[in-house]
Amino acid sequence: MSTTDTRPVTPTSAEVPDGGIRHHSKRGPAGRALTWTQVRAALPAALRKLDPRLLSGSPVMFVVEVGAALTTVLAVIQPDVFAWWITVWLWATVLFATLAESVAESRGRAQASTLRATQQQTTARKVAAAQDTLDTGTRLDLLPTVEVASSSLQVRDVVVVEAGETIPGDGDVIEGVASVDESAITGESAPVIRESGGDRSAVTGGTVVLSDRIVVRITAPAGSTFVDRMIALVEGSERQKTPNEVALNILLTSLTIVFLLAVATLQPFAVYSGSRQSLLVLVALLVCLIPTTIGALLSAIGIAGMDRLVQRNVLAMSGRAVEAAGDIDVLLLDKTGTITYGNRRATEVLPVGSIGPRDLAAAARLASLADETPEGRSIVDLVDATYASSGGEPDELPAGAELVPFTAQTRMSGVDLPAGDGGRGVRRIRKGAGSAVQRWVHSTGAHVLPAEEAELAAHVDAVSRLGGTPLVVAEQVGEAPARILGVVRLKDVVKTGMRERFDQLRAMGIRSVMVTGDNVVTARAIAAEAGVDDVLAEATPEDKLALIRREQEGGRLVAMAGDGTNDAPALAQSDVGVAMNTGTSAAKEAGNMVDLDSDPTKLIEIVEIGKQLLITRGALTTFSVANDVAKYFAILPAMFVGLFPQLGVLNVMRLSSPESAILSAVIFNALVILALIPLSLRGVRYRPASASSLLQRNLLIYGVGGLVAPFVGIKLIDLLVSLLPGL
Amino acid sequence: MTTQTWAAVAQVLVLVAALAAVHVPLGAYLARVYTTPNHLPVERAWYRAVRVDPDAEQRWNVYLLSVLGFSLMSVLFLYALGRLQAYLPWNLGFTGLDPAGAWNTAVSFATNTDWQWYSGEAATGHLLQMAGFAVQNFVSASVGLAVAIALVRGFARSGTDARIGNFWTDLTRGVTRILLPFSFVAALVLVASGVIQNLDPHTAISTVEGATQHLLGGPVASQEAIKDLGTNGGGFFNANSAHPFENPTPFTDLFEIFLLLVIPFTLPRTFGIMVGDRRQGWAILGVMASLWAAALVLTTWAELAGPGAAPQAAGAAMEGKETRFGLAASALFAVSTTATSTGSVNSMHDSFTAPGGGVLLFNILLGEVAPGGVGAGLYGMLVLAVVAVFVAGLMVGRTPEYLGKKIGQREMTLVALYVLTTPAIVLVGTGLSVVLSPGIAGIQEAGPHGLTEVLYAFASAGNNNGSAFAGLTTGTPYYDTLLGVAMLLGRFVPIALVLALAGRLASQTSVPPSAGTLPTHQPLFVGLVAAVALVVVGLTFIPVLSLGPVVESLS
Repeated sequence: MSTTDTRPVTPTSAEVPDGGIRHHSKRGPAGRALTWTQVRAALPAALRKLDPRLLSGSPVMFVVEVGAALTTVLAVIQPDVFAWWITVWLWATVLFATLAESVAESRGRAQASTLRATQQQTTARKVAAAQDTLDTGTRLDLLPTVEVASSSLQVRDVVVVEAGETIPGDGDVIEGVASVDESAITGESAPVIRESGGDRSAVTGGTVVLSDRIVVRITAPAGSTFVDRMIALVEGSERQKTPNEVALNILLTSLTIVFLLAVATLQPFAVYSGSRQSLLVLVALLVCLIPTTIGALLSAIGIAGMDRLVQRNVLAMSGRAVEAAGDIDVLLLDKTGTITYGNRRATEVLPVGSIGPRDLAAAARLASLADETPEGRSIVDLVDATYASSGGEPDELPAGAELVPFTAQTRMSGVDLPAGDGGRGVRRIRKGAGSAVQRWVHSTGAHVLPAEEAELAAHVDAVSRLGGTPLVVAEQVGEAPARILGVVRLKDVVKTGMRERFDQLRAMGIRSVMVTGDNVVTARAIAAEAGVDDVLAEATPEDKLALIRREQEGGRLVAMAGDGTNDAPALAQSDVGVAMNTGTSAAKEAGNMVDLDSDPTKLIEIVEIGKQLLITRGALTTFSVANDVAKYFAILPAMFVGLFPQLGVLNVMRLSSPESAILSAVIFNALVILALIPLSLRGVRYRPASASSLLQRNLLIYGVGGLVAPFVGIKLIDLLVSLLPGL
Repeated sequence: MTTQTWAAVAQVLVLVAALAAVHVPLGAYLARVYTTPNHLPVERAWYRAVRVDPDAEQRWNVYLLSVLGFSLMSVLFLYALGRLQAYLPWNLGFTGLDPAGAWNTAVSFATNTDWQWYSGEAATGHLLQMAGFAVQNFVSASVGLAVAIALVRGFARSGTDARIGNFWTDLTRGVTRILLPFSFVAALVLVASGVIQNLDPHTAISTVEGATQHLLGGPVASQEAIKDLGTNGGGFFNANSAHPFENPTPFTDLFEIFLLLVIPFTLPRTFGIMVGDRRQGWAILGVMASLWAAALVLTTWAELAGPGAAPQAAGAAMEGKETRFGLAASALFAVSTTATSTGSVNSMHDSFTAPGGGVLLFNILLGEVAPGGVGAGLYGMLVLAVVAVFVAGLMVGRTPEYLGKKIGQREMTLVALYVLTTPAIVLVGTGLSVVLSPGIAGIQEAGPHGLTEVLYAFASAGNNNGSAFAGLTTGTPYYDTLLGVAMLLGRFVPIALVLALAGRLASQTSVPPSAGTLPTHQPLFVGLVAAVALVVVGLTFIPVLSLGPVVESLS
C-alpha cells in the first residue's frame, strides 16, 4: 500500500513547490530591449545579408534593394541633394531589415557558442567486442576497451564512462547507474540520475558523469547528436520558413505586385495628364507602398519566436511545431507529476466511534515514523502540522519497536511497540487497505459494532468518491481484541494554480484532457478539483494513441507531453509532442520538441508562444498596410500638385514642399522598421482571451494605430527635413 | 427634407422591403435547387440528349474544363452568328459584324459582361438578339451561379477528393429552375407595365410635325427580364433602360432594379444554408449591403447636391438623366447596376457629377462584390472574406481558418492571384490606352475626365460589368480587341482560381470551431471584410483615381 503510483522523480522534474510552473529563464540576457551593443555586434552580419542572392528570399526587401540600386545610379548620373537623400534612406530601409534578422540571430549565436564548448574532441573508451556479443552479452563493463576519438563513434558502439569523464555521444545506458551533470545543456546545476532500463536511460553527449560507472550504447552518429541539432536550431542556420510564414509571404508578394503595377501604370497616366514623373519619385512611392514593415521583420519574428522557446529551455525541432502550438485544440496532460504532485499525501484523519481525532492521528503517526515512503512521511507531516498534541511527539520510535513492513500478501504495514510502563502489553498498530486491516482485526477475535462498521464503511466510501485513497488504522494492545481507530485520507494533491491555468486554456479555446491510470471515480474527482475539461481514466498507452487519433480525425490539433518509451507512439502522433529531457531517447526522437526542464505544464507556455508568434505577424501586417493611407496623402499631392493645384487640399499634413513630403515618407518608412525591431523580437503581448476580444484589441492598436501613426510621424519628420539645406 | 429626398428614401425603402421579403424563402429555394438529388423530367430528357450523367460528381479540374469548354463553344457560336448575320433570317437587313466587333460581342455576352460597342437597334437583328444574346444571358448567368455554388460546396464539404458537384447539372438547373421561370414571370410583369414584346421590324411613322420616325419593335420584355435578373445588362436598344420601350415607368424602373439585385442579395442566404450556419450568410449579406448602402448614399447625395458649374447653372444635375425617373431613381439604378456587374443603365454615367461618377467607378473597381453579379458577387466576396480571415486570424493567434478550413499556402496563392487579376487587367489596359495613339483617339474629353472614361471602360470590361461611361469612342478594332481580352481574362482567370480553391477546400477536413477560433459572423468581422475590400481596392487605384475623378471633384 505504499509507492503504487509514483514515477521516477529527478531533481529537474516538475516538483516545484509553488505549483509547478517556472517562468524564469536560465539563459540569455534578462532584458529583451534592443541595445547598442547588440546592434553593433549584429551590424557586420547585417551588411553581409545585403547580398541580393540572400535577399531574394524576401521579395518585398528585394524590390526595395533593386529600387535603392536604381536610385543610386540616378543619383550618380544626375547628382542632386534630394536624389542622394532618397538613395541613402532607401539603403537604410534594406539595412534595417537585415539588421533585424541579424539581431534576432545573434541572440541564438551566443548560446550556440556555449554549447559548442561541450563538443570538444574527447576520448571514448569503446568496448572492443563483436557486435553480437555487445547485443546479447552481460557485464559488458568487464570486457576490454580501446581508446578512440569520440568523433569516430558509430551507432550501436558501446562505451564505458566513469566518474569524472565526459559522455562521448548520445546514447542509452545499458548497464549501471550514475549521477550525471547535464548543466551544459539544461542550465540546471543539480545532477540527474541516469540508469539502465526504464525511462531514465538516455544520456547526452557532452554531459559529465559525476559518480559511478555506466555502459552506454551510442544512438546517434557524431555530427548529428542532440547538441549538434541544438546548435543548428539556436543559430537559425537550419531555419526553414514555416507554412504560415510562406502563406504570408505569398500575400505580401501579391501586394508588392499590385503596388508595382499601380506605380508602373502611374507613369502613363501622369504622361497623359501632362506631368511625367521622375523615376526617382516613382521608386520612392513604390518603396513606401509595398509592405516593407512586415517584409523587413518577418524572418526576425520567426527567429525570435524560436528564441523565446529556447529562453524557456524548450527546443523545437521544427518551426512548424511552434506554429501548430498556436492552433492546439486539445491538450493531453498526465495526471501524476503534472496536475498533481507525484505522490499521494495525507490530508485528514477520520476517527471511528469513540476514538478522538488526536488519538487516531498519534497512532497513525507512530505507525508511519519508520515508513520511508512518501505517503508515510506525509502522514507524519500532517499530524505534526495539524494534530500535534501540546507536548510534542517524539521523532524516533522507542527502543525495541519492531517495524512490520508492507507486503503484497498482508497489504498493510505497521509497528509493534514494546510493552511499556503500567503493565500494558505490546501495542500493535496497523495501517493499510480497508479489507486487509478489517481481516486482521477480526482475526484477533474482535467483534466490531455494526454502527462502527457502518461508520467506517461510510468514511472509506466518501474518501474514495472524492478521489482519495482510504488508509484504515487499527491497534491491538496486549492480547485484547484489536479495534479500528479510523481512516486516514490519502489524496492526490492538485498543484496550486492549476485551475487558473485550465481556465486560461479554456479562454484560449483549448480543451484539456487529464490522462491517468486511476479508476474512473477517482480520476473524475481529481479532474473536477483541478478544473480539467475531460479525463481519460485507466489509460493504457494504446488508449492514449487512440484518443489522439480520434481527436485528429475530427480535425483537431492535439498537444501532449511525455517521457516514457511507451509514450513515443503518442508523441509521434500528436501535432505538438513535447518530450521531457529526462525521458528516453525514443521519446525524444518521437516528439517535435524537447523540454530541457522536463516540466509538462510548460505546454501551456509553448501554446502561448505559438500564438504570440502568429499575432505578431498579423499585427505588423495590418500596421504595414494601414500605413499606406497616410503615405498616399503625403506623396500623391506632392507628385501632382504642380499640375493640379486643387490636389493641394489633400496635403492634409501641410508638408512643407513636395520634395520634403516624399523624403519624409521614405524616412518614416525606414525608421518604423527600426522602431519595431524590439517588438518583433519580443512579440506582441498575449493575454488569454476570447478570439473576438483579441481581434478587437489588436485591430484597434495595429489597424487604427497604423492609420494614425504615420500622419504624426511623417509630419514630425517633415519639420526636420524642411530644415535641410538644398531641399 | 425636400419632397425629392423623401421620394428617394421611399423608393429605397420599398426596394429593401421587397428584397427582404423574398430573402429567406428564395435563399432556401436556391439551396434546394443545388442540393436536391431529384431531376425534373425535362432535365432528364436534356441530360439524355447531351449524354451527361447528372449525378456524377466532378473534381475541380474537370468542373473547370467543363466551364471553359462550354464557354468556348458559346464564344464560337456567338462569333459565327455575328459574322454571318447577313445570311441568316430575321436580320432586319443588318450586315454581319466586323471581326473585331464580333469577337468583342461574342466574348462580352459569353462572359456575362454585355459590353456593347454597337447600338442594338442599328446593328443586331432579332435572331442574333434572341438565339445569341438572350440565350447567353441565361447560360452565362447560370455559369456564374454554378461556380459560386461549387465554391460554397468546397466550404461545406469535408475530406472529399476535391469533388465539387457536376457543372452540367448545375448549369441546367440554374436555367430550368431559377432563371427561366423567374424571368418568365418578370417578363409578364414588364409587358403588363408597358414594355413592348413583339417580333416586328422597325415601323416608320409620321410625327405631328410631318417628319418620319422609325418606331422600333422586338422581343424586348423577355430580354429585359433576363438582362436584369441575370445581371447581364445588354440592352435591346442602345439607350438601354433609359429607353421608354425597355423601361417606361417609375414602377418598371424600380422593378428592374429589384430584378438585378434579387439573386445576388439572396445568395448569401443560400451560402449560409449550404455551409450549415446561417449566421455566416448574414455576415456576408451584411458586408454586401453596407457597401451598397454607402455607395447609394454617396451617389444620391452627390447627384442631389449637384456640385460643379453645369449643374449649378442648370439648377440640377439632370444632364444625361431621364426626367421620367429624376435624380434619385437614376442614382439608385446606377449604384445598383455598377454594384451588381449588370451594366444596364437608366441614365448616362458619364453625365453624373464628378464624385457621383467616381463612386460608380469605385463600385466596379471593388470587384463586383457588393452584392456583385449573379454568383460572381458571392464568390468574389468569399475570396475577400478569406483575405480578411488570413490577416485577422493571425491576430487572434491561430493559423487562419474560415468556416473550418485552414487558409494555408496553396489557398493563399489562389486567393492572392485572384485579388491580383482584375487590377492588373484594368491598370495595364488603361495604361496602354492612354499612351497608344489608337487608344487616345477614342478619348472624347481631354484631361481628367478623359482618363476616367478609359479607366471606366477597362474597369467595366475587366470586372464583367458592361456598363459604359459613354464619352469614349469604342467600336474601333483597338478597343474591341483589347476590351474583349480584358473581359475574357477578367471572367475566366478568377473562375479558374475560384474552382481550384473550391477543390482545395473540399479536400480539407473541416476543423470544428472552438472558443479560440475567429468568429466570422459578428459585426466586427463584417466591418473587417468591408475594410479589406475598400483598402485593397483603394490602395490599388488611388493613384489613377486621384488623376481622374478626384481631381475633377476638387475643381
